[in-house]
Amino acid sequence: MEVFFLYGFFQRAFLAGVFIAIACALLGIFLILRRDAMIGHGLAHVTFAGVALGLYLNVMPLAVALFVAVVASWIIMKLKVKAGLHGDTAIAIFSSVGFALGILLVTLSQSFNVDLFSYLFGEILAIETSEVVFSIVLAFVVVLLVVVNYHKFMYMTFDRESAKASGIKVDRLDGLLTVLTAVTVVLGMKVVGILLVSALVVIPAAAGLQVASNFKQAIVLSTFISITSIVIGLVLAFLLDLPASGSIVLLSFLAFGILFVFRRSRR
Amino acid sequence: MDSVAAEQKLLIEIQNVCYDYGYGDVLKDVSFPINSHDFLAIIGPNGSGKTTLLKIILGLLKPRLGEVTIMGKTVEEFADWKKIGYVPQKATHIDSLFPVSVKEVVAMGIQSSRRFPRRTRGEDICCISRALQQVGMGEYKNRRIGNLSAGQQQRVFIARALANHPKILMLDEPTTGVDAKTQEHFYDMLQRLNREKEITIVLITHEVGIINKHVEQVACLNQTLVYHGSHDEFCRSDEFKRMLADGHHLVSHHH
Ligand SMILES: Nc1ncnc2c1ncn2[C@@H]1O[C@H](COP(=O)(O)OP(=O)(O)O)[C@@H](O)[C@H]1O
Ligand SMILES: [Mg+2]
Repeated sequence: MEVFFLYGFFQRAFLAGVFIAIACALLGIFLILRRDAMIGHGLAHVTFAGVALGLYLNVMPLAVALFVAVVASWIIMKLKVKAGLHGDTAIAIFSSVGFALGILLVTLSQSFNVDLFSYLFGEILAIETSEVVFSIVLAFVVVLLVVVNYHKFMYMTFDRESAKASGIKVDRLDGLLTVLTAVTVVLGMKVVGILLVSALVVIPAAAGLQVASNFKQAIVLSTFISITSIVIGLVLAFLLDLPASGSIVLLSFLAFGILFVFRRSRR
Repeated sequence: MDSVAAEQKLLIEIQNVCYDYGYGDVLKDVSFPINSHDFLAIIGPNGSGKTTLLKIILGLLKPRLGEVTIMGKTVEEFADWKKIGYVPQKATHIDSLFPVSVKEVVAMGIQSSRRFPRRTRGEDICCISRALQQVGMGEYKNRRIGNLSAGQQQRVFIARALANHPKILMLDEPTTGVDAKTQEHFYDMLQRLNREKEITIVLITHEVGIINKHVEQVACLNQTLVYHGSHDEFCRSDEFKRMLADGHHLVSHHH
């Protein structure tokens, strides 16, 4: 079993994957409970525009994507608050416009190639050392900020008005949560690709929420499911020569299915 | 000690507050003080602006005109919000599937007021248990909040406020739809907090019937401040008689 860990590429994928898995699960819980589950999906499409821009300009697509996603997430949030658009509307508009822009840029830069495909479908097993470092550092920062603000996020998600009345700067924390989501989506893209990254944010958290009776349980369970899906997914991908992204997402869905049935049968 | 306890200090001052949501006045030139150790009921029919006034005091809404000062500071300057415990109107806005235990709900109150949260343990656990015991919910620590009745949820929210050792507790329609016996217990509990912990109580209600023996001051609201003074005087006032004549459940003149 330990044989995979001898391979450098496997170690890198494993390390980055675990960190990203934690970030995804943590944010996923808050997003689902805030009824904001689709923001990951929307930001993933915007990220596609960022990647395309990076390919077009021929500068680090990951960095450009990060910048574009963070800016877009900020605008989506502002639109939701200021322009009186319902949260979903802003996300729906941005997600399609982002994708349209991406297609345009990709065509212009004539980069319909393997490179692009690795962003669309993910290629964690081909992750480079520099990207691993980048991913781990960012994922660590995301996790740290969520942990530091854990109770505040929980309070404002549960009872926004009271949280505000108790002096919590809810608007500022909304912004933080949105930006952290953007960063996480970009990181998750390296693991499962643009097309599946929202699954990484939503499914493990949704699975954990099926059976959790308190918040701590929800966090622990979701993180566990997220990490396990990524690790087993990577191993399966390596052993059976399957695509890692598809395996990871289907495994987390399997966990969701099992817990869903379990909860139903418990009644 | 006694003379200190008896001394009334101005805690909150509401001065000439006007508010509208963009469709005409909801509050017109409302002014009155709230002193330490008060047990004040703000009463008025549905839609008379009680919740709006409370939200203005808490800084959730900004008055169009006028000002609220809390412990000598304007709402903008005031920072010590954990001293003000807020228990919102009926817990119906709570997602009943939200995975959070009673214990965690109370912990939110303590932890959120810290710049850097730390693990909940030791003194925090004591503090949480004590707050839950004060509202008679000690045995429900590990229950999920969504599995409790609305009245029990309300008690948990009071415990959340109490865990921060507030100077003042503001409750919005805490006993709507609660049977008379439970209401009596509830008011006994508030009175204990008021007498023993010296917590100022401000409660909002639209039922005159609720204005019972525990309440000491009354502010009667219907867009403007119709009456403000002691409970005993209120019971002798024409205002009260008129309200009783309208039935215990007040009806706004809008309807
Ligand atoms: N968010 C809001 N937007 C517009 N109008 C509101 C809003 N909240 C309350 N109102 C109106 O303001 C008036 C006072 O409401 P409120 O303060 O909730 O009264 P009360 O708590 O005394 O029942 C009502 O006429 C109500 O319809
Ligand atoms: Mg009200």
